[in-house]
Amino acid sequence: MPSSKRQWLWFLINIVILAGIFTLVQYMIATRMLNQYYQINLASMCINIILAVSLNLINGFTGQLSLGHAGFMAVGAYVAAVCTKSMDLSFIPAIIAGSLAAALAGLIIGVPTLRLRGDYLAIATLGFGEIIRVILQNIEEVGGPAGIVGIERLTTWPYLFLATVITIIVIQNLINSSYGRAIISVREDEVAAEMMGVNTTWYKVMAFMIGAGFAGLAGALFAHYFYIIKPDTFNFLKSFDILVMVVLGGLGSTTGAILAAIFITVLTAYLQAFPAIRMIIYAMILILVMIYRPQGLLGNKELTRKTFSRFWGGSA
Amino acid sequence: MTILNIQNLSKYFGGLSALADVNLVIASGELVGLIGPNGAGKTTVFNLITGVYQPDQGHIMFDDKPLEGLLPHKICQRGVARTFQNIRLFKDLTVLDNVKIALHKDVSYQLYAAILRLPTFVRGEASIEKEALHYLRIFGLEDKQEEIASSLPYGEQRRLEIARALATRPRLLILDEPAAGMNPQETQDLMELIRWIRKEFDLTILLIEHDMSLVMGVCERIYVLDYGQIIAQGVPEEIRNNPRVIEAYLGEEVS
Repeated sequence: MPSSKRQWLWFLINIVILAGIFTLVQYMIATRMLNQYYQINLASMCINIILAVSLNLINGFTGQLSLGHAGFMAVGAYVAAVCTKSMDLSFIPAIIAGSLAAALAGLIIGVPTLRLRGDYLAIATLGFGEIIRVILQNIEEVGGPAGIVGIERLTTWPYLFLATVITIIVIQNLINSSYGRAIISVREDEVAAEMMGVNTTWYKVMAFMIGAGFAGLAGALFAHYFYIIKPDTFNFLKSFDILVMVVLGGLGSTTGAILAAIFITVLTAYLQAFPAIRMIIYAMILILVMIYRPQGLLGNKELTRKTFSRFWGGSA
Repeated sequence: MTILNIQNLSKYFGGLSALADVNLVIASGELVGLIGPNGAGKTTVFNLITGVYQPDQGHIMFDDKPLEGLLPHKICQRGVARTFQNIRLFKDLTVLDNVKIALHKDVSYQLYAAILRLPTFVRGEASIEKEALHYLRIFGLEDKQEEIASSLPYGEQRRLEIARALATRPRLLILDEPAAGMNPQETQDLMELIRWIRKEFDLTILLIEHDMSLVMGVCERIYVLDYGQIIAQGVPEEIRNNPRVIEAYLGEEVS
């Protein structure tokens, strides 16, 4: 809730901008100015933003290197798909069920693994992500290795837009609060944080759960957009893709994660025409970024109104 | 009234006895020094009190309740705060945020209020900000609130660490070599500051220090630790003339 007049003004401007983007895209879809190809990439973009922003909460803000994000996405995708396909639930309850199931998976995996640090945690989460995939592969009720086919396409632009905006707002509001500062203090110095009265274990688990929950949301949207989900879609390469976005954008920068997710989606789309050199170019960009800007595009800074006004010598 | 009562405290690292049968009693409101040569086990005592390590034997009673077995954040919530020998600030965060984190344990709003930006959040943040600035003002760091902690000069980082510890509203403040790396003038100012905060915040202070002018000048009582054992205790004057203490610091007199 904004407190001063000035904040109210910005709050309204933000709403107008968001409503404008939404209406414009909705109009372009309705009038078929955006063809199927663009729409698919738009959906991927939104899903990637949700994934990158939520992984950034775990890796960037909490400082816990997790490589199992695709596993949580899988949980959300499968639970939501089963809800709509076998249990005849409508879409919104299915999305909520998928997100909650992924958050629960985050809790179950987080409690034992978050005692580990750095590389050890990375390997443990990588392992857990793979375990989720292998379990799904062996459940015949959800199609085994073939996965679930014929999921109804329920994910539309309004859902994608709303889910993306909610993800960003929830995570930003969390980070810019006392709870967020507690989470960041874990990244900065766990021992000192603990000494200052911060229950570091709890905040690590909490961040892990929230991040996993949003990955589940992304999975639910994914399942209901692309008709088919199979365990192999959510292998560790997928986790890696998300990690690349976070590292490219800058660990600990939500706007960085958003920009990187958009950039990678567009890049992937354009390089689809050149499958042979696609991975080479992809890798080259990563190497160049790591050499010339190892902290990622935005480091741990955010793009805000202040940044823009500084650029244009504005009057803010 | 006794605030901290350590009885028969022992700690072993592998076969090495770091502390053996340490007894240490601090009354409420006292300012006590803990000194001893390098490697005597001073910081180990601090780490045991604050829950970084668990004791192998003995008891640590704070306010007549045991501290053993509690996690460090619980001990902090009971009212024990500390600073570190090698400064451990949240280096990449602003000076203001460093203090705000210490205020988190008493946060007045719930997580959902933060996410929904409810009025309780706005009020809670305003009061956190006000209180954090209050602590920064005391330590003369108000002008630097937006600076990144690691960019402060060394002496100010030390002061910020004390400000952060105070922000947890402790009743017992433990300072691990607060004057390390300070010049004589800064040490002098720090002495004044320590005396002042004890009075202002009604604190009990336990400090480790190598700078004898600070220890002798500010502490009311001193414990001397050598090879994990308390070899002497008393008022500064007694300690200064105690032959065992002189021996521990300077080695045996040549006869």
